Amino acid sequence: MVAPKKIGVQTRWFQNPPVILGCATIVGEKEGMGPLGHTFDKIITDSHYHEKSWEKAEQRMLQEAMQMAVERTGLSLKDIDFMLAGDLLNQIISANYTARNLEVPFIGLYGACSTLYESMALGAMLIDGGYAEYVLIGACSHYATAERQYRFPVEQGTQRPLYAQWTVTGAAGMVLARQGPGPVITHATIGKVVDLGQQDPMNMGAAMAPAAADTIMYHFIDTGRTIDYYDLVITGDLGTYGKELAQRILINNGYDITSRLVDCGVLIYAPEQDAHAGGSGCACSAVVTCGYLQQEIQKGHYRHVLGVGTGALLSPCSSLQGENIPGIAHAVVIEAG
Amino acid sequence: MTQPLEIRKKQYKKLVDEIKPRPPLVRNTLGAFIFGGLIALIGQFLLNFFQGQGLSVNDAGAATSTTLVFLASLLTGLGIYDEIAKYGGAGTIVPITGFANSMVSPAMEYRAEGLVLGVGARLFTIAGPVLVFGIFSAWLVALLYYFFR
Repeated sequence: MVAPKKIGVQTRWFQNPPVILGCATIVGEKEGMGPLGHTFDKIITDSHYHEKSWEKAEQRMLQEAMQMAVERTGLSLKDIDFMLAGDLLNQIISANYTARNLEVPFIGLYGACSTLYESMALGAMLIDGGYAEYVLIGACSHYATAERQYRFPVEQGTQRPLYAQWTVTGAAGMVLARQGPGPVITHATIGKVVDLGQQDPMNMGAAMAPAAADTIMYHFIDTGRTIDYYDLVITGDLGTYGKELAQRILINNGYDITSRLVDCGVLIYAPEQDAHAGGSGCACSAVVTCGYLQQEIQKGHYRHVLGVGTGALLSPCSSLQGENIPGIAHAVVIEAG
Repeated sequence: MTQPLEIRKKQYKKLVDEIKPRPPLVRNTLGAFIFGGLIALIGQFLLNFFQGQGLSVNDAGAATSTTLVFLASLLTGLGIYDEIAKYGGAGTIVPITGFANSMVSPAMEYRAEGLVLGVGARLFTIAGPVLVFGIFSAWLVALLYYFFR
């Protein structure tokens, strides 16, 4: 027997589409100076955010963004049934410490840079399944903490290749609710882990593009929709070249979505900001979705959006041991309320 | 997407190589030449200066290295060295200044994890392999020299 809310192979639909009740974003200085700077709620200029370490700064950003999202909706933390969050640091410490401080039942998630979309999909399922009235979700990343975990010390003099991406410093929180005003989540397509043999940890766009293309394609197959249904397809952090790759894979499979496809990683920095191929990190798709995208939907510029969070599933250990870098992508349909 | 995985991997690798931007070789080489040359030039000035002050060739060489290491460490601490290295590339990594940078940057970075297991343990994260294989090859060459001279 097929689950009643399952359609096709990988997609679920929501009987009572959960509502995106409120969002909040905090970003670092570089992101604040980027083309989307005006869409963020708070810009921090000190990369330590008055804390002793960058890890503490990252955690504090996540906590503030999540608290701000709750305050915006007029709710209090006591109303929240579940908190779903994750980040890039080992053992998702930013999310864990945030959950400790917020004292809300917590489900820690790791989907690399796709974590916010993973949280949206699961949060919507919890609500539509009748297990929650309000779900608080969030994700964060920090350039300095990611650099030192995955690559080199920040002050180390290295030349980054042109296809490298820049980890976004920032955090976002979002409150999902069973009812209320705001855009709604109507479908979620959970991605498979796709590995086409990429091994270069500097070229994450190439590692994630096949997963993004796979999930988008299965979304169309499962729902029977074509690209014409959507005003916008927004991917998480494929970057300039990853986006190009995903586009090409989709075209080769008969889906030309070029005219509607944008990428959060491409949007967040201007070319002269020296971020090379664009932004990456959990915060990349999180702050653009909770900031720019949310505001554009509210303004009525977009009514039917397919958001696709993308993640590269590597660890410093796996790359050193010569493992491939598989990718994952989760898609969520957001419709104007 | 119906093709076997191995074929898809091969096709994808071709596509990635096609789209991946080439490194600007001429610009990088020129940058390495200019910045590497500049560091060497400063070194030569220092060497002449120290010799002029009456130091022997060996002592002047040691004083020059120390001064260059100090300058590179200072610039790393001020957050300037990595900005220069962005343009200098190998020209800023290969000289002794690059070695200083590769030790000071982890020292700064891992200060948060304490003096012993942070700074102490991580100080040689990047410089360590250079030392290990540098010393090993010196030993190997010396051994060959001993037997075959």
